Amino acid sequence: MIPDLGKYQGAVLSAYAISLLLITVTVALSLWRARVVKQQLNDAEARAKQAPDTH
Amino acid sequence: MSIWKYANPTQFMRTTRWLLPWLSALAILSVGTGLIWGFFFTPDDFRQGSTVKIIYLHVPSALMAINAWLMMLVTSLIWLIRRHHVSALLARAAAPVGLVMTLIALITGGIWGQPMWGTYWAWDPRLTSFLILFLFYLGYIALWQAVETQDTAADLTSVLCLVGSVFALLSRYAVNFWNQGLHQGTSVPVATGGRTVSDVFFVPLLISMAGFGLMFVVLVLLRTRTEIRARRLQALLARERAAS
Amino acid sequence: MIALLRRDLLLAVRAGGGFGLGLAFFLILCVLVPFGVGPAPATLAKIAPGILWVGALLACLLSLDRIFQLDAEDGTLDLLATSPLPLEGSASVKALAHWLTTGLPLTLAAAPLGLLLNLPAQATPWLVAGLALGTPALSVIGTFGAALTVGLKRGGLLISLLVLPLYMPTLLFGAEAARRGAEGLDATTPLFLMAGITAGTIALMPFASAAALRMNLR
Repeated sequence: MIPDLGKYQGAVLSAYAISLLLITVTVALSLWRARVVKQQLNDAEARAKQAPDTH
Repeated sequence: MSIWKYANPTQFMRTTRWLLPWLSALAILSVGTGLIWGFFFTPDDFRQGSTVKIIYLHVPSALMAINAWLMMLVTSLIWLIRRHHVSALLARAAAPVGLVMTLIALITGGIWGQPMWGTYWAWDPRLTSFLILFLFYLGYIALWQAVETQDTAADLTSVLCLVGSVFALLSRYAVNFWNQGLHQGTSVPVATGGRTVSDVFFVPLLISMAGFGLMFVVLVLLRTRTEIRARRLQALLARERAAS
Repeated sequence: MIALLRRDLLLAVRAGGGFGLGLAFFLILCVLVPFGVGPAPATLAKIAPGILWVGALLACLLSLDRIFQLDAEDGTLDLLATSPLPLEGSASVKALAHWLTTGLPLTLAAAPLGLLLNLPAQATPWLVAGLALGTPALSVIGTFGAALTVGLKRGGLLISLLVLPLYMPTLLFGAEAARRGAEGLDATTPLFLMAGITAGTIALMPFASAAALRMNLR
């Protein structure tokens, strides 16, 4: 499946692996924070609707 | 209708909500095509062997590392002049992505340089200016996180971005001078192996470049949406605290 | 303006603020380096210009956060902002005071410390000239960094991260001039380039510093 990379196999594979890993981590962190913030915001909005003027 | 209507966060959120899935699909498709084509279906360069395949990561990420800074420069200027919050948040959202792109460019360059130049790192003008760009990203992000008042943070980072751009440009040309003075003629990059040859290498590279650009846009939009929500959340929490 | 300058200088000298500290740091650094790289005269002579420049730069960095921090704490900065003197002027004066208490002593100390590091004799004039031309830029850029971080509690570390990349061109040309001097070459080109950077930063950076100060005080 992996094409014959000759003597530079290690270099090419590690370059792809590290880059894809970094990109994946960035995407995952962005998505994770997006989800957390969205959830918190929804909760806060719900609370704000529930008790609009308690004071 | 002008671009300024997207300065309204609600409008921005509404537009990006339906835009994001399409852009994401397109980004995944083009990054995937570019990299898979580049990795599996390109021949080896006769001089560089299979290391030429690294170019499909290295060139697009380096391109986006610089473009991200340019984009931050433009959005910082818009924030300073017209004070649209979305603009400041776009700059904030772009910085970490740009940092990662710079890192990828540096790492893949080093991995390529080891078999080709015989060293992971040389104080070559281009490499050095990328390292400096990396430092600028770090300082920019650190300043965003250090300042508590959001508007002040946006102001200060914008000024830093402007001043930093001038100095980054200055460093870019200063390093040229320094390297020639230090070791003339050694380790001049011969990184033209992929670009000067035929379409076999060039077409997947173009696709990959477009893909990285789309990926950057998607990530920035996604992160900006998060930042806008975070702002709204802070406002709500502050109101709750004030009420209780 | 003169009154502000005199006040800053007095404060720096009396309160021991950075005046002796930077110099002492510079001295210690130059003493430590031979322990680190070994006492061989040839090695020392080769790296001396670079070490002296990096040392001067770091010593400069040490006292940066004092430029505005004390004034921000006791309210002097707010007075300066509302005084008839434009904030750009105050920022320039602050930078000048910083240079007089840090950059100038460092420049003067560099020649004797060069002896410690076995700096070739023909390099000394280039080194001193370079420091004299370059340290004002360090002070002006540092003032901008201090203005950015003035409202922060732990600005000291952040300042170095923000300011050091901005110091790069000055350091590069300064060390290059000293190195060429050490090799007996003509070093006027890097010196002129550095003087250009210094002139540019002196002219423009006070505006950026003042803008950052206003943002922090708002």
